[in-house]
Amino acid sequence: MQQLLTFTIIGLSTGAIYAVVASGLVVTYTTSGIFNLAHGATGMLAAFTYWQLRFDWDVPAPIALFLTLFVLCPLFGALTERVVMRGLQGTTEVVRLSVTVALFAFMIGLANWVWPSDSSREAFLKFFEGNSVSIAGINVSWHRIITFGCAILVAIVLRLVLFRTRMGVAMRAVVDDRNLTELNGGRPDRVSMFAWALSATLAGLAGILLAGEQQLNIEPLVLLVINAYAAAIIGRLKNLPLTFLGAAVLGLLDSYYLAYSDESWFPQSAFGFSLAGIRAAIPTIVLFIALLTRPQSRLRAGIVRFREETRVPEWSTSILGAVSLVAVVVAISGMLTRSNTLLLLNGFTMAIVALSLVPLTGYAGQMSLAPLTFAGLGAIAMAKLPGDGNIATFVLAVVIVAVVGGIVALPALRLSGIYLALSTAAFAVLVTKLVFNQKQTFQSGNIAVPILKIPFVEIDSPRGRLILTATAFSLLGLLVVAVRRSRLGRRLIALKDSPAAAATLGMNLTRTKVAAFALSAGIGACAGALAGDKVSPQQYDFTQSLPVVLLAVVGGVGTVGGALFGGLLLGGNSVLASVVPSLKNLSKILPGTIGITLGRNPSGAATQTAEAFRVLKGRWNLLVFIGAGAFVIWALTAADVLSHWTFVVTGVVWFLAVAPNLPLVVASSSARRATAVVYLAAGLVITAAIDWSTALDVTGQRLIAIVILVAVIGLGAQRIMESGPRVRADSPDVIGLDRDFSGEEIERAERELRVVIR
Amino acid sequence: MSLLYVDRVIVRFGGVTAVDGVNLLARAGEVTGLIGPNGAGKTTLFNVISGMQEPTGGSVSLDSVDITDLPAHKRAQRGMARTFQRLELFGSLSVRDNIKVAAELAALTNVNSIVDEMIERVGIADIADRPAGDLPTGSARLVEIARALATRPKLLLLDEPASGLDEAESDRLGELLRTLAATGLGVLLVEHDMGLVMKVCDVIYVLDLGQIIAHGTPNEIQHDPKVLEAYLGAS
Ligand SMILES: Nc1ncnc2c1ncn2[C@@H]1O[C@H](COP(=O)(O)OP(=O)(O)OP(=O)(O)O)[C@@H](O)[C@H]1O
Ligand SMILES: [Mg+2]
Repeated sequence: MQQLLTFTIIGLSTGAIYAVVASGLVVTYTTSGIFNLAHGATGMLAAFTYWQLRFDWDVPAPIALFLTLFVLCPLFGALTERVVMRGLQGTTEVVRLSVTVALFAFMIGLANWVWPSDSSREAFLKFFEGNSVSIAGINVSWHRIITFGCAILVAIVLRLVLFRTRMGVAMRAVVDDRNLTELNGGRPDRVSMFAWALSATLAGLAGILLAGEQQLNIEPLVLLVINAYAAAIIGRLKNLPLTFLGAAVLGLLDSYYLAYSDESWFPQSAFGFSLAGIRAAIPTIVLFIALLTRPQSRLRAGIVRFREETRVPEWSTSILGAVSLVAVVVAISGMLTRSNTLLLLNGFTMAIVALSLVPLTGYAGQMSLAPLTFAGLGAIAMAKLPGDGNIATFVLAVVIVAVVGGIVALPALRLSGIYLALSTAAFAVLVTKLVFNQKQTFQSGNIAVPILKIPFVEIDSPRGRLILTATAFSLLGLLVVAVRRSRLGRRLIALKDSPAAAATLGMNLTRTKVAAFALSAGIGACAGALAGDKVSPQQYDFTQSLPVVLLAVVGGVGTVGGALFGGLLLGGNSVLASVVPSLKNLSKILPGTIGITLGRNPSGAATQTAEAFRVLKGRWNLLVFIGAGAFVIWALTAADVLSHWTFVVTGVVWFLAVAPNLPLVVASSSARRATAVVYLAAGLVITAAIDWSTALDVTGQRLIAIVILVAVIGLGAQRIMESGPRVRADSPDVIGLDRDFSGEEIERAERELRVVIR
Repeated sequence: MSLLYVDRVIVRFGGVTAVDGVNLLARAGEVTGLIGPNGAGKTTLFNVISGMQEPTGGSVSLDSVDITDLPAHKRAQRGMARTFQRLELFGSLSVRDNIKVAAELAALTNVNSIVDEMIERVGIADIADRPAGDLPTGSARLVEIARALATRPKLLLLDEPASGLDEAESDRLGELLRTLAATGLGVLLVEHDMGLVMKVCDVIYVLDLGQIIAHGTPNEIQHDPKVLEAYLGAS
């Protein structure tokens, strides 16, 4: 009895913290429609900041608290809204979620950078450490009582703010209709800024309270948010009392598990599987149940959608791209050191994982946060199935995982948007905790995945595996292109663009989604099954999936090129981190920083780059010229005139700075053309003349040099050709006053306004 | 023989009763009009018929089969197609592919020729290869009609197809609807353009505040005092 009571109090106080976090989540979701995956990370940063002030710099507690919760947190929240979130109005759910993933990655990177975990820190003390009162014979620390007090205070304050203040009323109005609020003189931007500030303060409060219980650790603080998600989903993302109830239930479950899991009657395993990982999985299981019991998402028409990449990939370009990718990898792989080969190999593996998101997220618009989980399952299947890695084993492994992907997706498919994304996250965490951490799957922490056996080809070196993986990427890329051009591809896009129209034309949405999930799981499984090395469960952890999703979206999840770009960026990022210790910290926040800019360029970087090269399409003479140039650079290297690093730098400059400018050079006036040619040639000669292997002795510095060279040479040439009077578009304010609307402008206005002017 | 039979359908949104016991009947080979002031419940009724909105009460039958519990795609497979008041084109597909998706969904064999036929029929050959998301409203409405027709439906539901069309296009649409009806297709037409409605409809239902207040031939409707009041007097 005594024990029950003690653990009830512990559970409720944990629940109180969850409640505070969850209410912050609800506040931002309802006002801006953005589900903030980085909410827990905000609390984590706040806890670290408070620790810095209070325990490292010895600022008195009240002042430190005030500064953290009422100055820095609101400032941070408001800034996040202003700089990052505001640009996201009207973008897809995928982009919005990815941006919060980016924010999440950014904040974790920042915390790792500023507060490296190896430094021996001052302890994070509870409030009034050591003081406790006795209630009904049980000692309750003051910290717990303060935690309860805070949760109750938050509940009351939120209630008052939402229902009694003008800001609160405005917040609730924005939820209903942003545009209408604006028409009525409300200022939705100010309102959501306030909501984000408030939400950050709530996250901060919870972070500080939790750190007092569990010390400062990045991971538990960040994952705190999963518990909060579960509570918020129980509250259907809008009902605060229900959210508080859900939080209490979660806190109690966790605490009772702690209390009774050692008892003899408690099951320690089921079906031969150990249940040891179940504690960490409790919130996820609750989240899963809460999601699956949600009502079926209704078909709705009239949702304004943001349009992304629309072009159908051509066979000719795709095959050319696939072949040249393999050729380039074969050509340069001989020049790489062993460690760089492994990093590039990792990049291509990640590219395959990112590719698995193209049909699912890019085409069908279904967000998955679990792409690596399927890679992990693929690796296990490849290792466990008989045949020791022959082709049949590989095919079977991929098919099994694809089927699993389809089946697992089935219950989740009643959901859409954020709910679907969260249920994939829950699935990933469950698989990590309950499957990957089993003795049967990963004995002694890792398993050896056999190398794929291809008849007549012996693959044993990292170089061979690199070429194999790059070839696999190319082939799978072609498969994805084939899908895009097929009936299924059109259906997937239709599903994304208008589920309502698709259904009323006779499309079985569930079946289409299952197909998309199975296809995606199958492609993801290839990445795992091709690992060809020892792998560990950590590699396929849920938290590792997030950066992959992020970089796939950054690269442009609608295209195969985007997946390649994203995967290599992820691989390249670890190149940066491993080779240049001084850049290690920068590389921690790099993916996050790039992702945060997504709001400005939602189609992804690869699409933009492709746009720059599109001018070359069909200009065969120029393409031949570019190919010849590349051959010359390669030949010079093969003849040992150029060092390998000079080869890389010159090659990149040739492709990225010179090639896209060629059509412009051809088209510009003769005087400018001469200047531009001289400028480009000089840049190229200087680049090739420097022996980059000796000039800069750190790879990171060389990479930076590449970026600078490309920018200076490429943009410089553009400048030369464009200088002089620029063609300026008329200001929209002037059109209609000093000249008539053109037909095109009328059409555009009609489209924007959805009305007819004539 | 009735193609579509709507029996005492009720839809409530919280406190609002958007559709309040509507009975309606549409025949094959006829154009049935459904008119009424803004907010009368026309689109909501369309959503019920097409399976996007579960009714609070009442039933819907197609070809004398009760389809009230069927999901939207099953109704489409039974020969129903619709267009949307707020456009629902597949914006990242080309116009041609929009129509192709529909034809493929209807499991038709010679898909490409059907697509060409629909493009021809609705008169959108000049924009067939443009991305559907870039079209002005008028053309987009025509594409939606072509897309719906490509499933070879028995019943076509059109929600304000003429808004956004110019006068010539609107006349062409009227002719198209008459031709389609002559081939045996049943059309249910929601439209605010009274000229068009009076010209093409065989029967007209008038909906006001969720209830049918009158039905009859165009001539009868034009002279019905209740209709005049709903449109002019109520406000
Ligand atoms: N999802 C919904 N939730 C709540 N109320 C709704 C919903 N959809 C429609 N309504 C209400 O139901 C009523 C009927 O709307 P509906 O869109 O069917 O009218 P309509 O006849 O199509 O009007 P219009 O001619 O403007 O298109 C309106 O009062 C509208 O506000
Ligand atoms: Mg309507």
